[in-house]
Amino acid sequence: MNWIVHQLWLIPALPFLAAGVLALTPRRQRAFAARLAISALAVSLALSCAAFVATLGHAGTGTFRERVNFTWFQFGDQALRLGWVLDPLAAVMLVMVSFVGLLIFIYSVGYMAHDANFTRFFCFLALFAGAMLGLVIANSLLLLFVCWELVGLASYLLIGFWFHKPEAAAAAKKAFITTRIGDVALFLGMLWLYSAGGTLLFYDAGEGCLENAALARIAGPSLVGWGTLVGISLLIFGGAIGKSGQLPLHVWLPDAMEGPTPVSALIHAATMVAAGVFLVARVFPLMKPDWPSLAGGIPLAGTPPPDATLAITWVGAITAVFAALIAVAQTDIKRILAYSTVSQLGYMFLGLGVGGVAVGMFHLLTHACFKALLFLGAGSVIHGCHDEQDIRRMGGLRRPMPVTFATYAVGMMALSGVPLLFSGFWSKDEILHAAHGWAGSRIPFYLGLFGALLTAFYMTRQMVYVFFGQRRAASTPPAAASGIRHPASGEPHESPLVMTVPLAILAVSAIVLGFLGTPAWPWLQTYLGADHGGSGGVELAKLLTKETLWLMAISTAVVTAGIGLAWRWYGQRPITDAGTPDPLQMSFPAAFRWLRQKFFVDEFYAATVIRAHAAWARFSDLLDAWLWGGLVLAVHFLTQGLSWASRFFDEYVVNLGFDAACRRLRRDGAFAAGLSDGKLQNYLRGIGTAFACLLVLLLWGGCR
Amino acid sequence: MNSLPWLTLLTLVPSLGGLIVVSLGERRAAFAPRLGLLFASLTLLLAILLGTQFDRTSGNLQFVERHAWIPTLAVNYHLGVDGLGLLMVELTTLLVPMAMLASARVNRRAPLYFGLMLFLEAGLVGTFTALNFFHWFLFWELSLIPAFFLIKLWGGPESSAAATQFFIYTMVGSVAMLLAFLALFLAVGKFDFLELADLSRSGQLAASLNLEWGGHTVASSRVATLIFLGVLLGLAVKVPLMPFHTWLPATYAEAPTAVTMLLTGAMSKMGVYGFLRILLPIFPAQIRALETPLLTLTVLTILFSAAAAFAQRDLKRMLAYSSINHLGYCLLGVFAVARVAEPSPRLATEQAAALSGVLLQMFNHGLTAATLFCFVGWLERRSGGLRGLNDFGGVRQVAPVFCGLMGIALFSSLGLPGLNGFVGEFLIFKGSFSPATCSTVLSAGGLLLTAIFLLTLMQRVFHGPLNPRWTALPDLTWRERLVVAPAMALMFLIGLYPHALLSFTNATVSQFAKSLRAF
Repeated sequence: MNWIVHQLWLIPALPFLAAGVLALTPRRQRAFAARLAISALAVSLALSCAAFVATLGHAGTGTFRERVNFTWFQFGDQALRLGWVLDPLAAVMLVMVSFVGLLIFIYSVGYMAHDANFTRFFCFLALFAGAMLGLVIANSLLLLFVCWELVGLASYLLIGFWFHKPEAAAAAKKAFITTRIGDVALFLGMLWLYSAGGTLLFYDAGEGCLENAALARIAGPSLVGWGTLVGISLLIFGGAIGKSGQLPLHVWLPDAMEGPTPVSALIHAATMVAAGVFLVARVFPLMKPDWPSLAGGIPLAGTPPPDATLAITWVGAITAVFAALIAVAQTDIKRILAYSTVSQLGYMFLGLGVGGVAVGMFHLLTHACFKALLFLGAGSVIHGCHDEQDIRRMGGLRRPMPVTFATYAVGMMALSGVPLLFSGFWSKDEILHAAHGWAGSRIPFYLGLFGALLTAFYMTRQMVYVFFGQRRAASTPPAAASGIRHPASGEPHESPLVMTVPLAILAVSAIVLGFLGTPAWPWLQTYLGADHGGSGGVELAKLLTKETLWLMAISTAVVTAGIGLAWRWYGQRPITDAGTPDPLQMSFPAAFRWLRQKFFVDEFYAATVIRAHAAWARFSDLLDAWLWGGLVLAVHFLTQGLSWASRFFDEYVVNLGFDAACRRLRRDGAFAAGLSDGKLQNYLRGIGTAFACLLVLLLWGGCR
Repeated sequence: MNSLPWLTLLTLVPSLGGLIVVSLGERRAAFAPRLGLLFASLTLLLAILLGTQFDRTSGNLQFVERHAWIPTLAVNYHLGVDGLGLLMVELTTLLVPMAMLASARVNRRAPLYFGLMLFLEAGLVGTFTALNFFHWFLFWELSLIPAFFLIKLWGGPESSAAATQFFIYTMVGSVAMLLAFLALFLAVGKFDFLELADLSRSGQLAASLNLEWGGHTVASSRVATLIFLGVLLGLAVKVPLMPFHTWLPATYAEAPTAVTMLLTGAMSKMGVYGFLRILLPIFPAQIRALETPLLTLTVLTILFSAAAAFAQRDLKRMLAYSSINHLGYCLLGVFAVARVAEPSPRLATEQAAALSGVLLQMFNHGLTAATLFCFVGWLERRSGGLRGLNDFGGVRQVAPVFCGLMGIALFSSLGLPGLNGFVGEFLIFKGSFSPATCSTVLSAGGLLLTAIFLLTLMQRVFHGPLNPRWTALPDLTWRERLVVAPAMALMFLIGLYPHALLSFTNATVSQFAKSLRAF
């Protein structure tokens, strides 16, 4: 086994260590903080590259996969094991995360230079990087979940980094809770998988939960078992929905833009949100089990019943279009990119659903580069415009910010999928190609095409607003529609080198990366283990097959249409005043309102889920105060009443009766005492009277 | 094994210490805090030594002391700890010095205050080490009395009513439990927990109960159930299980912070401890028979308390409901364990997981909840008595260390991996999923609800614009940092390396699970 496999744990451990040290570092050690975090991640990047190289050597001899498992703790006489794994999937993610992460770390030195909590910022960034790298190498769903939650924590801390802003504090909370809804699903899926399969290790010498033995054990020879498998997959996919901002849990991602821009780039575009896609790719054998090998010749063998990829495909396709539609009408430079991210993540899920790991992961990798580029470019714009985020108040930035403009243009064309030269074209075409060939339905393919049109449209709109036309900073947009808080002042300026160099590097990768997965040379697909039937060399002929060419033509036409439409609406007559309504708004006011208001999803949730939760909380509280508390009070009053009754009985029946009897006795006693007064005459009178009475009685006739 | 009577010493030291501190009198009141802390630290030292002497490979009771006391009543002085008892002893002895250090300056009758705290500690340690019902019950009740006076004399404005409610509520449960045990005693003539468990395992218990009580006044099949319900009531009030919980929020809110720390940290564990030491070994068949209603109550406890916490506006009450919620997870584990009857190796794993999880969760909750109340107490002291959810805002700007450390405790409470809360909850849910799938799935909703109210707390208190009233709010002092440092260190230690704690309980858990399956 390669040495790097044994030392793989160092890759996440180094940033974690840096985060731990920085948490205890005094605030004024700014230079030390940046240096420590950057050097830790740089070493991680070097190790990741070493790991990547190690996996390369084995191409062709089956899939390279080495793992190290260890016991975390024991409960009773059982052991809970974790581990890490190095395979192509992990290796490319490692390189991507540490590479993009490192560039963003460097960029942050410039972007956050004036922030008072600079040290804390690098602490959180390092924590995030460690958690994300840990997630990538995890060989156990539990370890993956642990890192998954830590990534969520880092995201919470970073979104709420400017916690004195109420919006940031609210957005951080919203992000954590919305993703936690998905996390609970993932948690339950994990429990189910653990109890059904008996292990959470992915690969464990044939016994791991992604290997056939365990899968067969779960699926069994019956449809019930297959249902279990699909149920587990769907629950795990629920976690991915939350983390990757898919419908219906996408609402947190645009709000997360309240965080500093490098955070948006690192976490909410390039890496963390891709964790959901990575998770599905990691457990893909579970999502799309190999039916014949599981059914194993038992009568059920035949057409496989539906599996979780069906849900993944549809969720991805619908989200891709839904979010792209919203992006069309937004005015905040970062929110447009945020909705674009949601939409692109939808593409990745679509790719996973219809084409498998390689297709989805290819788009993940290219997207990470160009979306990080776009976000950092947006950050550079915001920085240069003195914290202005409203694209209506920008304009004409092409001249004062040439480097930002050039790199942003590369990113924009990569995202829109401008043909041949840009990576987004190749990876998106792979997805469309797979969707076209999908047996289930043709609709996801059309949705994908429509999404591509929208993508080209909103990116061109944004470019025109920001970089073309003339500067509109002085004019104010209509108050009702404005989301701005920082009035811009001063002339825009280009950002310092520490920010533009990462932009340039990312721009180069946004172009180059696409050539790793073209139909002519599907290196990445082969590397990730997809069976393309190719020899591994360059085959130009494959590029020229009828179907490929036809699809490329369609996608080119769609992209051209998108750019053309946007240019016609926005570019030909650039608006001169930030208060001018959007041209689209003038043409389709009703539809535009829905798009601008994000289909009212937030409002819908506020009116239903959030209100229901608040009502339930109030109900529980009232239940306590009145029902349970009331029962206790009732018992209390009952007891008190009984006490009163017994006191009454005691005082008024027993005591008073006793008293009355006593008084009577005393009176009678006094009377009797009066009788026996010791005077002989009185006694004799009594005797005499009695004798006389007796005599009369006898004489009256009593002797008969 | 060891000639020194460790466990007797562990109860004796705080009792004697209490007597000495109380007898200081008002003139030497200034010494009371230091002397009290000295005795509490001495007890902690003893407990740590006990831990080092403990044989982790054995699941048997250790440090056993057994002397005949009142032979005619079958009362023996019988002490011993296994992994469960040891964990609880360590928790209690750890929390008492912490609570003493966190106490606000006691102006009135300091000797009495610190003396009562030591008595409370003695009662708690006694409960966690006693193995004979007679003196177990004595300690169980004795711990109530110092708690009552601590709440009543040093608590908030409504503390008198709260203390009375707390006392009477618990007393009702205790009386039911006492009656149940007397009925048991009359039937079999035994008070010893281990002997009773043996009788139950061999089936003799049920037979004797029938012989003694069956047929006269109640149908014979109901006898055991009735006795079980009596014991259950006593324990359910203490944990608490809904709907026997209404004493808790008022008590926790009104008690002085240090006492709340002990109430939630250690005293609430007496209930769960009772479930594990008494109910599961002696009445497994009855739990199994009433499984559905018990699990229903548990799920209701988890969900309703988490939701009710969100509706609270007083931080202490919010954390009090969160406490109910967390102990609900313990009961989920306990009832799920009881459900597993047939000896299959897969279910043995589930049992071991749930039991380990329950033990870990008991310790974790004690640690985390006590730390959280400690922080709220400090916040209250800084704000001059205010502790409403909406009284603050932006505190993190002026007190970053305070918010950072309290934030760690809050995330530990919501079960963030890497901190202590997660491992316990994961094991409980893992162990409960197969035996009690439906309840477990519903209870998982509690994880989400907990996150909602804890994050709301952070948002309202720590974040947002700084409330101008608190611009001069002081950050944590070094003394305060040192007070919470051990708890913080343990949170990370247990979260990252649970083996540190679980290695003490593994043998106990295996043995316990095996004995349960022997039915």
